[in-house]
This record gives sequence, structure tokens and C-alpha cells, in this order.
Amino acid sequence: MSPEKDELPGAVLDKSPLALIPVIALVALPLIPSLPTWVTLTVAGLAMGMMIFIMASGLTLVFGLMDVMNFAHGAFITIGAFVATSVLLPLAGWTRADSLWMNLAAMLLAVLAAMAVTGAIGLAFERVIIKPVYGQHLKQILITMGGLIVAEQLILAIWGPDMIALPKPVTLRGSFIFGDIVIEKYRVLAVLVGLAVFAAMFLVLNRTRVGLLIRAGVEDSEMVESLGYRIRRVFIGVFAAGSALAGLGGVMWALYQETVTSAMGMHVMILIFIVIIIGGLGSVGGCFIGSLLVGLMANYVGFLAPKIALGSNILLMVLILLWRPQGLYPVAKR
Amino acid sequence: MTRRLLSGDYPRSRMLATLLLLILAGLAFAPFAFPGTRSLDVAAKVCVFILLVASYDLLLGYTGIVSFAHTMFFGIGAYGIAIAATRLGPTWGSLVLGSLVALACSALLSLLIGMLSLRVKTIFFAMITLAVASFFAILASQLSGFTGGEDGLTYKLPQLLLPGTKLLEAPLFGVEINGRIVSYYIVFFTAAALFLALLRVVNSPFGRVLQAIRENDFRAEAIGYRSVIYRSVANCVAALAASAAGILYALWLRYAGPDTTLSFDIMIDILLMVVIGGMGTMYGAVVGATLFVIAQTYLQDLMKLASDAAAGIPLLPDLVHPDRWLLWLGILFILSVYRFPAGIVGKLRGRQ
Repeated sequence: MSPEKDELPGAVLDKSPLALIPVIALVALPLIPSLPTWVTLTVAGLAMGMMIFIMASGLTLVFGLMDVMNFAHGAFITIGAFVATSVLLPLAGWTRADSLWMNLAAMLLAVLAAMAVTGAIGLAFERVIIKPVYGQHLKQILITMGGLIVAEQLILAIWGPDMIALPKPVTLRGSFIFGDIVIEKYRVLAVLVGLAVFAAMFLVLNRTRVGLLIRAGVEDSEMVESLGYRIRRVFIGVFAAGSALAGLGGVMWALYQETVTSAMGMHVMILIFIVIIIGGLGSVGGCFIGSLLVGLMANYVGFLAPKIALGSNILLMVLILLWRPQGLYPVAKR
Repeated sequence: MTRRLLSGDYPRSRMLATLLLLILAGLAFAPFAFPGTRSLDVAAKVCVFILLVASYDLLLGYTGIVSFAHTMFFGIGAYGIAIAATRLGPTWGSLVLGSLVALACSALLSLLIGMLSLRVKTIFFAMITLAVASFFAILASQLSGFTGGEDGLTYKLPQLLLPGTKLLEAPLFGVEINGRIVSYYIVFFTAAALFLALLRVVNSPFGRVLQAIRENDFRAEAIGYRSVIYRSVANCVAALAASAAGILYALWLRYAGPDTTLSFDIMIDILLMVVIGGMGTMYGAVVGATLFVIAQTYLQDLMKLASDAAAGIPLLPDLVHPDRWLLWLGILFILSVYRFPAGIVGKLRGRQ
């Protein structure tokens, strides 16, 4: 993977990982008995992948930029989901109304509240927990695990230990049906939100000055600092944004599962870690492809052999690591 | 004698030595000093967790590897006994067979994980072990025909270890000598022997190399030590000791299930014990595990008093609610990592 000598210093897109998504979809095609089922599963898998991407993207970007792996990221997901219950349950009048706009407005309010809360907590978390241990991986893992323990206990103290039911808004329940193909409405929304987040992230990273700084920081943060930019400030912003995205993902995931528990963040974290490892630690593009792969795999295998669904993702991770030991898109300096 | 037994690694602090002797005496005479089922359970759990935490400290404190798969090896040991005793009947032969198979599985699995992922960074290894361990926990609860699923397995043990078996006609020091006491002493002596063996490992030349790798793996490699091999072996030794702890725990509980051996909560408990007790000191495992298990059992009673006393003040009763005891240990954990990374043991040794 060393750069060719005549290569210009621009981002060259490595296309072979992109092909993995159609490959997996096509391999699954003959195994699944009917075409409509396959279409349904594929859309479901892409939707699940998008939701995982929303939650994982912030984490991988934070790692790419500052070499910090936040094991407490799952707590932000859980907090986002619980904030959503606090907003949506009192707004039951809006979510039960038979109007798409009322429903979406309620969801938007919940998402904004969740993102504001998790973003703010992310800022505080960076200041109090992570700042003193930059550059020390072992302590980072320990300290963020400590943060996770405390955050989970605080969630239990504030919202109580019981599972909270969070029904989807009325107009987002049910499915679109085309012939034999069944597509859940909520999954369509998840795909749209996921694409919007990916597009926004892509534009910010590639078309703005801040994005340029972030990308340069991922490549070589010392160099950026020596040019006079405060990379620390950029990083704090990225950390808060990543936490807010975790909150958004938490809301989406909670409405998808329709229940909220204090352990949900930790459950999703396992998928998120697999996604980040597959994509290459620190790579947003790799994270996107990894999320879709994991989402598709989980749905296909969940249909064919439900007992080994998570195992199939571990297998996928091992296979990809055997092919590319650093993940699909290795970040240069790691 | 003492020197050989402790491998030359003395407590080096009068306070610490007193504390360790107190714990040792308390555990050695637990059935007589604290009669009662609950306190004997606590004592056995302390023995098992001292061994488990010490083996984790070999990884975290001495080698600088963060693994989240330690409960997996603990669980393999426990399930080895449980499955053998369920399938082959409660004989000594089946227990030995179950233990051996469990130890072999652990060794193989730990070497495999090590070879796949120990070449790379700490964080990478931590993430991979987390994924593999959670997969294993789910597997154990899904294969319900084999492992008993979420309910786990309850099984019989050989006659000698059952509570109904009386060994002496008359009670000794007012305590009836039955199969439970025999079980307790099997747990106690095995745990003590394996703890001393681990102490031997970390004070051997091999242990010194591990510490060199922890401090600077690049330099260790430059001197000529293949750090991958040393790390893999350390990982394997730790996994074997964790399985042994699992075997002892299964012998004591006569039950193996996901909640007692495989759950992520136990992994977090182990982390808390290692860090609060003191990373990189085997004695830290003793102090940490003892304090933690006692806190787990008795702190809640204390917090209930505090919670009742704070009734009426907003949020405070929720924070000191008996179920929130982990919150305070979590805060203590964070403070330990910042303020005294060598934990209680480091603090005690530093005072001299």
C-alpha cells in the first residue's frame, strides 16, 4: 500500500472494498428462496447499516483525529435514547396524530433534544475524563470504561432500572408493499437519515475549511499545529459532534427497537467496534462500507440461520482482517 | 521458606503486610471464624476472584494488554465442569476430564486470538477481544441444549463435596465438618497455590521481559525479545489461570450460567478490582478482590441506611440508593486511574 512515486498528492479512491457490498448481496441471492424476500432483506440490511453508521462515524473520526478510542461511546447512544423517551412520551398527542408532519415534528424535537444533550455531555466528558490522558492508550481504555460505568449508573439513577417502551409514531408504522416486496416505512426513513448524515459529513470534510483541517489533522496533526492552527479546538468540536451523532443514532435505534434499556448502548457497541475494525480505524469511508456490510450480513444470516447472526459478523471481520490486516481503508499513520 | 514461597516479592510495607496477613487468616479460617452460609459464600468468592484478578493483572498490569475476553476463559472453565458433570455424571473422573478439556480449549483459543491480534495496537486487541467475548456469551446462551441457555446448568458433584456428607461425628470448634467445608478448602488451597505460581511467573526472567514490553515494546524488541511471542504466552498463561478460577467457581456454586461467569458485568468487576487494588502488583489483586466482594455484599446495607437518611432531598436518595453502589466504585475507579495508578497497594508501599 505504499504510494506510487508518480502519484499526485490527492486522495485516490481505492475501489475494491466498494465491490464487497454487491458481492455479498449477490452471494446471498441464490441462498434465499425468493426474490421479494431478498429485496426486503437487502433494504432492511441497508437501513440497519445506515443506523449503525450514524452511531459509528463519530467514534471513528475521533479516533482518526486524536487517537482516542472512547469506550464510553455506547453510553451516549443510551443517553440519546432516554432523552428521546423524555421528549416523545409527553408528546404522545403528536406521535399518535395521523399526520406525517406532526409525527416528524415530534421526532425532530426528540432528535434535537437528544443531540443537544449528548453533544453537551460529550464536551464535558472530553474536558473531565479524556483530556488528562491523551496519548496513553492503556489509560484511555481504562478511563473511558470508568466513564461508561458511571454514566450507566447515572442513567439508572435518573430514568430508573425499568425498560421503557417507545412506540413508533403512527404514520411510520407499517410497511410499503409492492407486490410481494415488503419494506418497512421506518427503514426507509432510516436510510434517508443515514444518507443525509453521510452526505453532510462528506461535504463538510471535503468542501469546507474546517473539513480540510480535520482531514489534515488525521494525516498529521503536528504539522497542522505547526502551521498555526489549534488542532485541539477542532478536535473538541469533532468530539462533541461525534457524541451528538451517537445521540441521533440512539434515537433512531430506540424507535427501531421500540424499547429503551440501559444496556442497549453496550449491545450496539459490539457491532460498532466490528464496523470500525472492518473499515479501518479512523476512516469514515471505511466505516460507511463496514456498516452496510455488517447490516446486510446481519439480515441475511438472521434470516437463514438466526442463531449465528453475530457470529457471522465476527467471521466477516476475521475474513476482512485476513485480506487487509488494517481494515478496508487503513489510515496512513496508524 | 517465605522467600521461596513469595518468590522474593515481599509486600514491602508494614501496613500492606498486616492487611495481607489479615486477609489470609480470614480466608484460611473462614468456616470457623465466620460460620454461616452467606459468609462462607463470600469467602469462597473472594478466593476465586483473587485468582481471577491476579491472572488479569498479569495481562493488564504486567504486560500492558487490555483484554475483554477474560470472562470468556473464566466461563470456559466453569462450563467445562458443568457440562462434564451433567453429561458424564457426578464422578471425580468426569470432573478431571471436564477441567482438562476446558483448559485445553482456553489455551488453544487464547493462542489463536493472540496470534491474530496481538501484533497490533492495544486498542485493537481490546476491541477484538470485546467482540469475540460477546459472541461467546451469546453462543453460550443460544446453544441451550448443550449449555442450558440463559438458565445455565445445575448439576451434582461427587458425594464427598455435598453438604449432606458429614466427615466427623462431633462438630469441630462448634462447626459441623461437612462436604461444603471440604469444597471450601479445595477452593482455598488451589487458589492460593495458583496465586503463588502467578507470583512466581511475574518475578521470573519471563515476567521481567513482560514488564520491559509494557514499558517500551520497541526497545524490548530491539534487545532481542520477540514481543509477539512473549505477549501470546502471557495471554495464554492468564487464560489458563482464569479457566482454573472458573473451574473452582463452578465446583463451589454447583451451577454455571451466563450471569455468574460470562457476562460483561463481571468483566467490569474485574477491571474495578485490578485498578482499585493496584495494577502491576499481584498483591493488588488480593486487596482489590477482597474489598470489592465485601463491598458488593455489605456496602448495599450501608447505603440503604444513607438512602433512608437522605430521604426528602431531591436526587440524592437515588444516588445513594443501594442499587447504585457501582456508581461510587466507578468514581473511585476513575480517581484511581488518575491519582494513584498503582492503586491501594502502591499507596501503601509509597508511604514507607
